[in-house]
Amino acid sequence: MTASAQPIGQPAPAGRSDLLLHATKVRKQFGGLLAVNDVDFDIQRGTIVGLIGPNGAGKTTFFNMITGLYAPTSGQIVFDGREITGDKPHEVVHAGVGRTFQNIRLFGNMSVLENVLVGLHHTLRGSWWKTILKTRGLVAEEAEAVDRARKLLSMPELDLLKREHDYARNLPYGDQRRLEIARALATGCKLLLLDEPTAGMNPEETRELTAFVRSLRDRMGLTILLIEHDMRVVMGISERVTVLDHGEKIAEGAPAEVRADVRVIEAYLGRGAAAEGK
Amino acid sequence: MAVATLPVRGRGLRNPLTGEHRRERTIIAVLLLAALLYPFFANTITSFTILGFGLPAPTTNNLIVMCYYGVLALGLNIVVGFAGLLDLGYVAFYVFGAYTTAFLASPQFGLHLPWLIVAPIAVAIAAIAGILLGAPTLRLRGDYLAIVTLGFGEIVPQLMRNLDKVNVILPGGTVVIGPNANITGGALGINPVDALTIPLPSFLQDLWKIKELQFSNGNAHASFYLVLGILLLSFFVCRRLRDSRLGRAWMAIREDETAASSMGINTVTSKLLAFSLGASFSGFVGAFVASYQTAVFPESFNFSVSISILIMVILGGMGSLRGVVVGAFALTYVSQTFLPFLGKFVDPPIEALGRATGIGLLTNFTLISLNYLIFGVVLVLMMIFRPEGLLPVAARKAELHGEGIAAEGTFGTTDSVAEAATAYEEAEGEIPPVDVSDESGSDRPGGDA
Repeated sequence: MTASAQPIGQPAPAGRSDLLLHATKVRKQFGGLLAVNDVDFDIQRGTIVGLIGPNGAGKTTFFNMITGLYAPTSGQIVFDGREITGDKPHEVVHAGVGRTFQNIRLFGNMSVLENVLVGLHHTLRGSWWKTILKTRGLVAEEAEAVDRARKLLSMPELDLLKREHDYARNLPYGDQRRLEIARALATGCKLLLLDEPTAGMNPEETRELTAFVRSLRDRMGLTILLIEHDMRVVMGISERVTVLDHGEKIAEGAPAEVRADVRVIEAYLGRGAAAEGK
Repeated sequence: MAVATLPVRGRGLRNPLTGEHRRERTIIAVLLLAALLYPFFANTITSFTILGFGLPAPTTNNLIVMCYYGVLALGLNIVVGFAGLLDLGYVAFYVFGAYTTAFLASPQFGLHLPWLIVAPIAVAIAAIAGILLGAPTLRLRGDYLAIVTLGFGEIVPQLMRNLDKVNVILPGGTVVIGPNANITGGALGINPVDALTIPLPSFLQDLWKIKELQFSNGNAHASFYLVLGILLLSFFVCRRLRDSRLGRAWMAIREDETAASSMGINTVTSKLLAFSLGASFSGFVGAFVASYQTAVFPESFNFSVSISILIMVILGGMGSLRGVVVGAFALTYVSQTFLPFLGKFVDPPIEALGRATGIGLLTNFTLISLNYLIFGVVLVLMMIFRPEGLLPVAARKAELHGEGIAAEGTFGTTDSVAEAATAYEEAEGEIPPVDVSDESGSDRPGGDA
């Protein structure tokens, strides 16, 4: 990949249409703690990008800034040609960013179907007075939404349609993870952020999910950014990997390059181990 | 797998695809018919029997109070039950509705607008008040929200009690309002307020020997049908809201506000809508009660009213429409019919005992004054034995009786979940052992009161 040869610290020029996400000098400070320090980060359309780093490296903080849960202290985030820095979470969803959470955050006391319908929420228009009057348009819209939700749930990799009326909290763990992805897909996102999608899964489930993520890109044209601790997963499906450590970007590039990077090995294993390996 | 999906939940599960349940419809139709006929027999029926207990029958006026508390409970349920926002000042909106009606249809300002115009205005004002209260509290969750709404619920009736000598004078000496303008009637309230009357067509005038139909406490029959209509209207409006995009947004916010906003829900507008729509029910009831009682008094809007309505919602089952109406009926029945009836037997001997012993506390004893003590005891007992309420929504019942397997936000290994799932399937519809380890409970204030 030619893009991987791009040196760190020189972000691509703004307005490049092949970039879906273009973040410049993004910084987040929590009081005295500098969680993310002037990170530049680009995502090309249609790629799968891995974001890795030791615990506390600022990966989830970075996610939360993209999705609007935190406003960056400074810096700029441009998504799909539109600046989303400091936008509210729901505005970022409208722009086309969907996400899952590290610790599953489904609506436990709502059914599987309802969870997906919540994902469709911002694509629906029914207002409160139309709801009360139950207008014909509203009934049609609801029926169509249910159709779309069920279609999504019936994707073979998700296979959740048979449990559509179960409460989300009653699903087995793997299904909960998959439902979270389904809910994010329902928002109609162009960029899907997956925060440790295989955490807590067994090897078989991990393999299935990895294949699913790849097929989301190949079949649906989604761009995917994932935080992941399982190196086999990250290295296996990402075209590019970015490594954060102590809030700084220490490496970026193709998986093979990143794996060989001394600073990455140091960050994960300590300086001594890195020296030994040489 | 079919085992896991069907038997435990059954008919309680809200299913947007199959719509209403036929059995539920039949029950509602029968109850409605009974309600429609009841006023004609209210004088002949003095008691009824439930499970072997003979109970005093409510009068038609009692039924009216039961119905309008039902509407209030439905309104509060939108805020507390659907959106999970603990509102302890719900009475404020009731005040707005009642006083708006009193201002616009009474000799107070010489305005006598017809009720059918006044009621929508009262509803609108209550709804706007809902937004005004909601806006500053949006960032608050749980206890803090409860405290602010509690304050609001105290401030509004106090305003009405004290706006009877108002002077607004500009620095130049121009009197804008005053001197000593009596706006709200102070502690005396506004009395009288116009009753809702509708003129009758001539053949009915001849038939009933009255010129117009009046919906006030002087005419319980007519008022009862009106308030029953309001209750039914409120019920169906609530049901449509619950099963809509908006209802899902409220429930998503109740379940996990952060996740809801990350799925594209504008939590600000959704919460404001909950406050505002909830308040509008209360405004409607205010408009009805003002014209039904043909008066408004500040004492009728105590903090205890907010609490009573909240108890009705909790007793019936938060989020459950049938539940909160049943809760409202049950508590209002106890305070309006049952305690006064029992008091007739209990009060005289205790009074006599008080006079004999010289203990003043006993001399002035009335059973009805123990109303809130009894509500409190009932609430405590409910929390111990049936925390989900009398007629709960299936989800909440499951939550509090551990029918779930994988608790939300579980970090457990796949194996332990698989084990739990197996155990669950083996149970085949029996209720598995209690598991109340719902870690996310604490950040869902409204859902756990």
